[in-house]
Amino acid sequence: MSDVLKLGGVEFTNRLFTGTGKFSSKAMIPKMLEASGSQMITVALRRVDVKSASENILKYIPKSVVLLPNTSGARNAVEAVKIAMIAREAGCGNFIKIEIINDQKYLFPDNFETIKATEILAKEGFHVLPYMMPDLIATKRLEDAGAAAIMPLGAPIGTNRGLETRPMLEILIENSILPVVVDAGIGRPSQAADAMEMGAAAVLVNTAISAADNPVLMGEAFSMAVKAGRAAYLAKMAEEKRFAQASSPLEGYLWN
Amino acid sequence: MYFSKIVDRYLEMDFEKLFAEVSSADVAATLAKIGKSRLEQRDLLNLLSPASDEFFSQIASASMRMTKQYFGNAMSLYMPIYISNFCQNRCLYCGFNHENKIIRKHLSLDEIEEEAREISKTEVKHILLLTGEAPKLASYEYVRDSVEILKRHFESVSVEVYPMSVAQYSGLKRAGVDGVTVYQECYDKEVYSRMHPSGPKRDYDFRIDTPDRAAEANMRWVSTGPLYGLADPLKEAFISGVHSRYLIDKYLDTEFSVSVPRLNPAEGCIDTGYKMENRLFFKVIFAMRLYNPRIGINLSTRESAGIRDSLLGLGITRLSAGSKTDVGGYQSKDKSTAQFEISDSRSVAEVMEMMKSRGFQPVHKDWDLLVEEEFCI
Repeated sequence: MSDVLKLGGVEFTNRLFTGTGKFSSKAMIPKMLEASGSQMITVALRRVDVKSASENILKYIPKSVVLLPNTSGARNAVEAVKIAMIAREAGCGNFIKIEIINDQKYLFPDNFETIKATEILAKEGFHVLPYMMPDLIATKRLEDAGAAAIMPLGAPIGTNRGLETRPMLEILIENSILPVVVDAGIGRPSQAADAMEMGAAAVLVNTAISAADNPVLMGEAFSMAVKAGRAAYLAKMAEEKRFAQASSPLEGYLWN
Repeated sequence: MYFSKIVDRYLEMDFEKLFAEVSSADVAATLAKIGKSRLEQRDLLNLLSPASDEFFSQIASASMRMTKQYFGNAMSLYMPIYISNFCQNRCLYCGFNHENKIIRKHLSLDEIEEEAREISKTEVKHILLLTGEAPKLASYEYVRDSVEILKRHFESVSVEVYPMSVAQYSGLKRAGVDGVTVYQECYDKEVYSRMHPSGPKRDYDFRIDTPDRAAEANMRWVSTGPLYGLADPLKEAFISGVHSRYLIDKYLDTEFSVSVPRLNPAEGCIDTGYKMENRLFFKVIFAMRLYNPRIGINLSTRESAGIRDSLLGLGITRLSAGSKTDVGGYQSKDKSTAQFEISDSRSVAEVMEMMKSRGFQPVHKDWDLLVEEEFCI
């Protein structure tokens, strides 16, 4: 059965998106991508040095993988727009993950500024994936602004605490016309599977893979979890019941 | 209200008694909280206390885990550029002390350009501009114009110059400055007064409120810290941690980092009577990490290669490399006197190789220069 996620005209058969930020070595990135099969990877433009022969992170990302440059470090819409433009100039393509954070204590995204930046960048022809606080009204505004998907956080970034915003995520998945990509906070493959079972279109996992002792194996583990979760969602899971019920109904015997 | 109005309540604490009262059980209770709830001032005291010595390896492990969680395996690099060593201050521990008969130098803008060109041959894209405190010579305008030049060669420029006003910092921000580093040198007021017998730096309150003013001017990065070795290091570390927490809580929009410089011999330097041994030095770094988990921790070339290498991954997040602390030092002509002795003289390339060999990704570029006025929405 064909199950593809379409974003910005690209078809993704793997719903695990990954990140580049915290690896011990850039050389680990292509190995992780190969093991996980991840087809989209986010990279902070602030870390991209196109002028460096040896240290340019883009050289470590295979051409077959879609680049999702992000605006990490932006404090407002103006800065995010500027970073996105620099990313495009640098040859990073038309996808952009908007990350606007002006709270350095908890690193929560600023939905208000994110909506503003999304509107501008969508008009400029970018495929915009905004990182956001899970909020229904902001979701609707982002739909109007032309986002390609929304990326609500599962838990504060880097905490590996899982789907702490579950009730909000459920509401967004139920009500958003855009694909919902759960970003931030996913620390274990089982949590990624959980998000996919809920109906998330994809998950983005960075720290849990890049900071693992074996990031290549962990990438593979996440990929399997995402596939399992997605398959379970498509298979429509049996309803959860409070009490035990015989797996073969007995009712048929009662009338014989 | 700035930190100068708050610091007295900590300076008045009887640290000798408080540290002596900490028991092993107190330290164990703090360790049990790590990663579960936010540490309080009492926990910082416990981590720094002599009673925590027996938990040294557990504290180091906790610091390592916390650093990995928030910063991964990436380690940032920066380089200092000294552009003027004339100074009105008479800091008893500093090579630039006004009374020292040293070779003074004040780079012209053309010389700064040459120096920048030399430094930019390395991979490093983050530069820290330093001057002595001589506002007539190394004026605000001189600093601002120097920044304009450095911007052509680097992606991020920070300044470590004399304390300025909010308006001046705002002006520097518009010129392209991203960060401000200012060391309190020492929190202990009595020692501070003794160490700074004359010059504008005598004004303790104006200096201690500098991080507040820089954050108010919307600087992206502000770095603070005492110079360990001037006063009682335990007391200084405690107040440094509290000062950082105060700033983090108050200015959500600024990223704060803390430095842990130990006093190194400099021209005309005095013996202060305090020495920070390695074990305590490490413990202070771990305590800074655990008390303020997301804070950046800088380590300069004051420390030896061996110490710096062994601390990778245990708490620090940013290293200087290939540093020269004399004015115009990168072009190695017309030498001036250095501010302090460098202990790690490896090149940037060597430090990057060392990081890689130890499983860390050197981050030589972590920002793109954004000029404010260019875009309007």
